[in-house]
Amino acid sequence: MKHFRVNVHIVPRKGLLDPQGKAVGDALHTLGFTALRDVHVGRYLVIEMAAADATAAETAVREMCARLLANPVTEDFEIAAVTAA
Amino acid sequence: MKFGIVSFPGSNCDDDALFAATETLRQPAVKLWHKDHDLQGSDVIILPGGFSYGDYLRAGAIARFSPIMREVAAHAQRGGPVIGICNGFQIACEAGLLPGALMRNAGLQFLSMPVTIRVENTGTHWTSRCHAGQCLTMPIAHGEGRYTVDSETLEKVEGEGLVVFRYVNALGETTDAANVNGSLDNIAGVRNVAGNVVGLMPHPERALDALLGSTDGLVLFESVLAAVHA
Repeated sequence: MKHFRVNVHIVPRKGLLDPQGKAVGDALHTLGFTALRDVHVGRYLVIEMAAADATAAETAVREMCARLLANPVTEDFEIAAVTAA
Repeated sequence: MKFGIVSFPGSNCDDDALFAATETLRQPAVKLWHKDHDLQGSDVIILPGGFSYGDYLRAGAIARFSPIMREVAAHAQRGGPVIGICNGFQIACEAGLLPGALMRNAGLQFLSMPVTIRVENTGTHWTSRCHAGQCLTMPIAHGEGRYTVDSETLEKVEGEGLVVFRYVNALGETTDAANVNGSLDNIAGVRNVAGNVVGLMPHPERALDALLGSTDGLVLFESVLAAVHA
């Protein structure tokens, strides 16, 4: 077994009202970042774990997301990186 | 009839629910610790309000994995009455006992105020003593109460009459202004198909005494008493 570090982004599902993202976006507009189109505020998790290889680590984290880390009704998740730690 | 009130770490309305059961309704009641594996003969389960597990990850997301929740799910499966109030509603949704999810209030503010809700469905253990269209005033106190569900499930929820309460104005109308947290279709509470499990964001257990401003919560508890004795 090797050690891996898996980075996961969890964001509000597209199309759902994201009031937090909107509030941050409005603040950035006020600061003069007028080119800004949209902001989404989510969570970023770093999971350290043992696995046979990177694929196995990613598979396990996908299951973690499906069962606990992301709410399937309101959130999408994306595995940003799997690196050997 | 024995009430079982689940205490999770961070629950803060469990004592209110206990008081409602023992002092207002004069029924036996027991607090069930989240690590317990047995409902101690409870006929009715209350998942109370609060901030279980500090709302870490998402409100209710971690509480649903507490050992007691397996027993609560089995009780619900057998047709036993369960009510999820506020955080308890969030937990019931996370646990899949009820459809949908509760998200951050549209206005981002924590809302602590009385609201009016309209009874949409009287075919549940918790609303059988209400009449359809009855308006009830009770307090809310939440930051994450915006009811959300995917469009496919919404069709089922609306089509099968699973909406139990909606936020309304003083005239009983579902307006945007009355929809304080921005819930889909003004939904304040839903039921499961069988009608034994109901969840809502407002607090009926805090509306049982005129001293506290409203006794409108009483009818929910009278309904469940009638349902269990029937």
